[in-house]
Amino acid sequence: MRELVIISGKGGTGKTSLTAALASLAVNTVLCDADVDAADLHLLMQPEMRQHHDFMGGKSARINPDLCTGCDTCRTLCRFDAISERLVVDPIRCEGCGVCVHFCPAGAIEFPVQRCGEWYVSDTRFGTMVHARLGIAEENSGKLVSLIRKEARQLAEEHGHDLILTDGPPGIGCPVIAAIGGATALLIITEPTVSGVHDMERVLDLAAHFNVPGMVCINKFDLNPAMTETIENIAQKRNVAVLGKIPFDPVFTHAMVAGKTLLEYGEETPTHAVVREIWNKIITSPSMHSYGIVDLKATIQ
Amino acid sequence: MIISIASGKGGTGKTTVATNLAQVLGNRVQLLDCDVEEPNAHLFLQPTFTQSEPVTTPIPLIDETKCTFCRKCADFCEFNALAVVGKQVLVFAELCHSCGGCMLVCPEGAITETSRELGTLNVGNAGEVAFVNGRLRVGEAMSPPLIKRVRAAADPDRITLIDAPPGTSCPVIAAMYETDFVLLVTEPTPFGLHDLKLAVEAVKLLGIPAGLVVNRADIGDNAVFQYAEEEELPLLLTIPFDRQIAEAYSRGRMMVDALPEWRHQFIELFAKIEQIVKVNKEAACVN
Repeated sequence: MRELVIISGKGGTGKTSLTAALASLAVNTVLCDADVDAADLHLLMQPEMRQHHDFMGGKSARINPDLCTGCDTCRTLCRFDAISERLVVDPIRCEGCGVCVHFCPAGAIEFPVQRCGEWYVSDTRFGTMVHARLGIAEENSGKLVSLIRKEARQLAEEHGHDLILTDGPPGIGCPVIAAIGGATALLIITEPTVSGVHDMERVLDLAAHFNVPGMVCINKFDLNPAMTETIENIAQKRNVAVLGKIPFDPVFTHAMVAGKTLLEYGEETPTHAVVREIWNKIITSPSMHSYGIVDLKATIQ
Repeated sequence: MIISIASGKGGTGKTTVATNLAQVLGNRVQLLDCDVEEPNAHLFLQPTFTQSEPVTTPIPLIDETKCTFCRKCADFCEFNALAVVGKQVLVFAELCHSCGGCMLVCPEGAITETSRELGTLNVGNAGEVAFVNGRLRVGEAMSPPLIKRVRAAADPDRITLIDAPPGTSCPVIAAMYETDFVLLVTEPTPFGLHDLKLAVEAVKLLGIPAGLVVNRADIGDNAVFQYAEEEELPLLLTIPFDRQIAEAYSRGRMMVDALPEWRHQFIELFAKIEQIVKVNKEAACVN
């Protein structure tokens, strides 16, 4: 069983649209939306929810004013400036470390576990999907990402699916690190802009740091052909394959508005063909066969 | 006045709006790039950095000659950053939130602090615009403490523009917290709308007035505009999809430089924001 994680560094380069398009080409896969902060894959998948779970994250301090003696110990010890002069905890600043709770001489501070979000197992027309929603302003996005990837893996093993397609979050921080650890390979989708190049390089550094092989595809490549060449040169220098170049094509937006994946929408265009070719290259790529098990192409197509 | 520019969904044009606003406001303004995971504003404003320093956070250092392996530190740590295995204390530095609790609970005084690098803080100028950004070290998971350091470097005498990271979780909150106005940037697509709704929830939670910029306003559908009307979220600027804008962006050129007719639009955008913040402050005084 293998997992391909689609990431980008920069947001808005087409991760979710591409993940959805690949999902419609694959059979025998499990889908996982690891962008728990701003999950969008469900908008194209119209999942039918089968399971619904609470996600319990970290704890948060709460001072009981009836027991508080106003000694100020908590406020002095808190390194996150989370306790006001009136000795009230600001839940947004509270890091959930428990220092105030432990050292309160009056035992006046409660420390309940917080419900930080929800996660779901759903049926879609392309198979099972595991997805989640992190509560607004919550921490622990990395924990939730790890949790849903673990669930996706378990489901895939139980039902004999050979591949997990994971839609990753933008950036290079906590949720991204949680999304790529232990993945078979990464598909990095970038665009030929100064930001796209800059952010792709940071993500490639991250992939190297955690030893996960990466592959690149370039979206809207015709927006700036010179910059596309720059990307190809960087990829070559880093020994990373460029799997395909997708033209700038409003069809992605039209498909999204229709709630469909690219390959379900409209007539076959050159853009559709490029995406098919990318899929073909993914499932035959050496990165996806690093464990040398069965032929992935034979089992998922 | 502090204005944060946020979006929910990535790639909608936060950095475009932030850098162009900064460019038209010149010496009255400073730009803080708080998207420390993927900072991009410097690619457009091209500042000269005058100062660059590592930002660190404290982590525990165990003196094993004093340690009795009582496990009190490991039991205390909410983040599982410490473990006692036989006669050894393991510190998982990347999990540590720097609360200092282990040091306080250690009965032997065996814990002092060393540090872990979060990234770098860079300060400089882009023409008349003061510029600050943070760059998260590759492999580092925690961006909020670095974002807080970027914000702490702000000059209180200038208008502050904060280029926020995408999403709605803790890094975004660290960038929007205690600002006077949140400028939300979206695109009129189902993804743009879905994530805008999440961003609006975050703004409401923080109780900050907000306004909307719709970028690539003629792609997609009408639902974002309807939503803004229902939510009484003032639409402050629309930018059409224009291949010239997209190409200028791809090369790192700012709209107001490549297409100067946009200058007055950004000046007007700022005037509208100033007005909303003023009305809001007056209302707060009356209450």
